[in-house]
Amino acid sequence: MNEFIQTISAPWPWYVAGTLIGLTVPTLLIIGNKTFGISSNLRHLCAACFPANISFFKYDWKKESWNLFFIVGVILGAFIATHYLTNPELIKINPVLEQELAKVGITDFKNLLPKDLFSVEALFTLRGFILMVVGGFLVGFGTRYANGCTSGHSIMGLSNLQWPSLVATICFMLGGFIMTNFILPYILQLK
Amino acid sequence: MSDYTQIANSDKSIPHNNSVKKETAISLIKYSIVGIVFGIVFVKAEIISWFRIQEMFKLQSFHMFGIIGTAVVVGALSVAVIKKFKIKTLQKETIVIVNKPFTKGHIYGGLLFGLGWAMTGACPGPLFAQIGAGIGSISIVIASALLGTWTYGYFKKKLPH
Repeated sequence: MNEFIQTISAPWPWYVAGTLIGLTVPTLLIIGNKTFGISSNLRHLCAACFPANISFFKYDWKKESWNLFFIVGVILGAFIATHYLTNPELIKINPVLEQELAKVGITDFKNLLPKDLFSVEALFTLRGFILMVVGGFLVGFGTRYANGCTSGHSIMGLSNLQWPSLVATICFMLGGFIMTNFILPYILQLK
Repeated sequence: MSDYTQIANSDKSIPHNNSVKKETAISLIKYSIVGIVFGIVFVKAEIISWFRIQEMFKLQSFHMFGIIGTAVVVGALSVAVIKKFKIKTLQKETIVIVNKPFTKGHIYGGLLFGLGWAMTGACPGPLFAQIGAGIGSISIVIASALLGTWTYGYFKKKLPH
């Protein structure tokens, strides 16, 4: 049993994670005819909390509450993995990336996210504010404008061989590639 | 195309599947259980790590490409098997996959989301998982994402689609 816990506490390889994520698609279809997609939850939360008479938020969000139950599960699962399946070693980061980040003063590699960029203190630095607030806004605005995110388009849509989802996925990747390689280096210099 | 007599592909902007019967709070807990497995995978495969997302977009690591690629292959094979054998839900319903019609928003929104994904190092799923992992400051990012979604709803009719 201890050996089992040790094995699953080490970081999981990509093929294990990819298989489990892929299996979410048929699991949700079979247990309740549900089409996988996570960003819709942001819309449901808006519809539930601040509909403001906007037609986009006037629908029966309670009919979609399964997705909110799903996301509560994701939060619980992350809690369980963090507290009971803790990886004894530090997260291994590509040394090239480590060097690049060290040049702009990001030296804390102990956590899943760099504290220098994502924390309450970082919010009061220019780069921290841009990454947390502007970045978050773009995630919420962009996913709804694209009518889906990585789960709804890149996993679910591609699994059902939908070409619009392939267009969306290519645009997600292109946007991310442009940001990381051509814009982020400048943002990270804004301390 | 006899598959489609069993598997109806419908196009609706609201992703609701009207053929599904109402579920009780108890039966909704099964979705939380699937979510728990998903959340564990997110943390254990370090998908919720900002560093992993940077490595992906800098082509410094195969990890994230391997995960997304495997997930798509497994998902596509599963959907093909469901269609081929006309598998029903546990409630004996016909499985309906709600498809999303193409709009220009897939391009504009997709690019904007991509920019945000690389900044926050997280798509919507990992944002929620980061909260569960105890990174409380991410609630600011989620609040901002909610504001982004709300703003889209407010301006939807004026945006090119």
